Amino acid sequence: MPENNSPPVLEVRHVGKQFQSVRALDDVSLGILAGEVLAVLGENGAGKSTLMKILAGVQSPSTGEIFVDGQLVVFANVEQALQAGISLIHQELNLASNLSVGANIFLGREPRRFGLIDNCRIERDATKYLEMVGLDVSPRTIVGRLSIGKQQLVEIAKALSTQARVLIMDEPTSSLSQHETETLFGVVKNLRAQGVSVIYISHRLREVEELADRVVVLRDGCFVGQILRDEIRHDAMVSMMVGRDVSKFYHRTAHSTGDEVLRVEQLRTPAYPAHAISFSVRAGEIVGVAGLVGAGRSELLTTLFGVTPAVGGSMKTESLARPPRTAREAIEAGIVLVPEDRRLAGLVLGMSVKQNLSLATLRREMRGGFLNREAENRVCEEMTQQLRIKSAGGDQIVQVLSGGNQQKVVLGKWLATEPRLLLMDEPTRGIDVGAKEEIYRLMHELAGRGVAIVFVSSEMEEIFGLSDRALVMHEGRIAGGLDRAEISEDAVMQLATGTGRTPAKC
Amino acid sequence: MTGKEPGADSLLSRISQKLRAGGKVYGILGLLIMICVYTAASTDRFLLSGNIENLVHRTALFGILSIGAAFVIITGGIDLSIGSVVCLVGVLLPFLLTKHDWTVPAAVGAILMISLVIGLVHGLLVTKLRLQPFVVTLCGLLFYRGLARGITNDQSQGFGSGFQELRLIAKGRIPILGDAEGAFQLPATTLVLIVLAIVAAVFLNKTIYGRYLLALGNNPEAARYSGINTDRMVLLAYAICSMLAGVGGMLFVLDINAAQPSDFGNFYELYAIAAAVLGGCSLRGGEGSIIGVVIGSAVMVVLSNTINLVHPNYQNVEFAIIGAVILSGAVVDELVRRWLSARRAGMKVG
Repeated sequence: MPENNSPPVLEVRHVGKQFQSVRALDDVSLGILAGEVLAVLGENGAGKSTLMKILAGVQSPSTGEIFVDGQLVVFANVEQALQAGISLIHQELNLASNLSVGANIFLGREPRRFGLIDNCRIERDATKYLEMVGLDVSPRTIVGRLSIGKQQLVEIAKALSTQARVLIMDEPTSSLSQHETETLFGVVKNLRAQGVSVIYISHRLREVEELADRVVVLRDGCFVGQILRDEIRHDAMVSMMVGRDVSKFYHRTAHSTGDEVLRVEQLRTPAYPAHAISFSVRAGEIVGVAGLVGAGRSELLTTLFGVTPAVGGSMKTESLARPPRTAREAIEAGIVLVPEDRRLAGLVLGMSVKQNLSLATLRREMRGGFLNREAENRVCEEMTQQLRIKSAGGDQIVQVLSGGNQQKVVLGKWLATEPRLLLMDEPTRGIDVGAKEEIYRLMHELAGRGVAIVFVSSEMEEIFGLSDRALVMHEGRIAGGLDRAEISEDAVMQLATGTGRTPAKC
Repeated sequence: MTGKEPGADSLLSRISQKLRAGGKVYGILGLLIMICVYTAASTDRFLLSGNIENLVHRTALFGILSIGAAFVIITGGIDLSIGSVVCLVGVLLPFLLTKHDWTVPAAVGAILMISLVIGLVHGLLVTKLRLQPFVVTLCGLLFYRGLARGITNDQSQGFGSGFQELRLIAKGRIPILGDAEGAFQLPATTLVLIVLAIVAAVFLNKTIYGRYLLALGNNPEAARYSGINTDRMVLLAYAICSMLAGVGGMLFVLDINAAQPSDFGNFYELYAIAAAVLGGCSLRGGEGSIIGVVIGSAVMVVLSNTINLVHPNYQNVEFAIIGAVILSGAVVDELVRRWLSARRAGMKVG
């Protein structure tokens, strides 16, 4: 157990971080003791990632100080943080998938003999670290051939090989199976017993309940409070994270649903061609799709939208008798998708707000192939007002807008097409709390106007707070459907990890 | 909390928008004027009407190739086969007309069709097979030249003394300033360039397809997710490029009256690409203006003329000088861009 009277292994005092006009982190102080598992909670945009990047030397703080073993330190780069024993394991793994496990563990620090890489020593030492994380693979295995869960363990072995005393894990379980998650928990507990400190970031409150010695909550870049081991409970964490009554935040009002707008039967996506998916959605209904990363949720949406065309099965809407084969077919049938990565697939970043807003309606409004400037201006004005897009005008390049405003531009582009079915993949990822609330309000407004919404979210609170009905996916199939009254974190996690009940009504 | 009223400070943002959009064009225009002033000051032969006519004429010919190159570059691709298409077309036109006695419409029609097919093949390989444009068109560069040399047995092709009326399209001079001795006469190729440039500019800036090209060049995924048939647009860009290379190739051979298959059109793709980049096209795609590209071609042509007239001793290093000037332009452009974005980052944004 942690000693309470020794100085923290790692401590920050009054750190803040300013990005242009955005205050990402504001006067945060916290410390972590040797052998402690500290969970850092907060919604997207609460400042967790920024804090972790500062701790790991990826970014330097605008204000405040960092202490290691009570000594003031300044990390100019990641190497210096590594030397101080602090190692960050990114959510997206940073492994060279074409190299072997051993080569990855010692990448940049290869032991050398006569100027050449000493492969014997790499293998010997790598085996030692692989044993520490309970990974039974040869150091010569090519990393790309391992499952994501095993790659995660390679990352941890790599961190341990740098003699890390503080491991920062950013949502380590977001793409792991139940079994892999349990293995990881075993490794974390084992490390704790050896005196290694772990800073653990997760949206899965159940995991936090199981692992954490202490919970720290951030909100809007500020330190909100902490919860000690004995008081760590789901409700306490949620109310501290959201900072108000959850039900009010999410406007939970029931929607009256209309006719069926989408019926999917035995649909098979290219990502999981062996697994058929069947469900239906009614007008005015908000359906949340939950599941682990890699469960095939995004692929379901892109298949419904036609960008990764279905490999089998049927899909019916008012005007479509089969699954769409291109995005244009889907859009013409009134189906639109707000993609997971708006910078990659949602926006033409180098173009203006107006050009982005009008992109999907150019064709409908064109005059013999020529652009219709009046229609463009009208769409821009209408959507800017309806969605309260904050910009310096329609001609501003979208690249410089905040995440929330960018997301509104993506939404506006689609609302201009007057969709009947709105697909949203992680609709509030990387946007601040204020914009989040506006997106939620908008989703309810649209549902009220009869638009059907199917959204994917990894945030349990969103599934819980927004859905009229939830579908939980597990390894490419729908593991079960939950009515509004049945949605709970436990029920969702059981289905998501494949330990739940058999499929009910979908 | 709501979006700002239109008109309030959108005038300012519109001006800066216009400046940013036009910035590169003004930059390259400035460079052109500087080179012209320098050359005119250094030698009195530069402003002779014969020299100016020649410059305008060559700008028109290279401008046509460069506009084609620009369309492909705007999609984020590249076409290295332009010079070889010029060669293939350049030998085929006299070959079909003189050796095989085809009629003019048949020969021209066949050549335009061949150019179109070449472009479509490039486009299909790039979009459907997802091959890299560099690889596809590099192979095209080798293939079409080999084909041209094979068809003609590596013999120079020309029209002899025939086809004078047809050759007027490329050789003709229009006495717009009267027919006094030594007065400037407008090369007929200029008219071809003006027509093609206007059509291209209208297409790029006023039609939804031009907007689609710019959008997919900037972000192909977002364009596809917006319901744009990106494959078809890319195909179109390669087709436009090869067609314009075909038109250019015919004009070149009609003008020169001799096409040696082993070197006709050599390096022309690089002139075209350089002109497009000078004229404001980003090789990353999504950016470009037709007028800029035409001015870019003029810079290439005038620069070569400057070296010939002012520094004849440096003719051997002509390529080095052209390379250095283009590189300086790219460096200055990048530095200005960074300076602007650093300034923008300092401003408060929503």
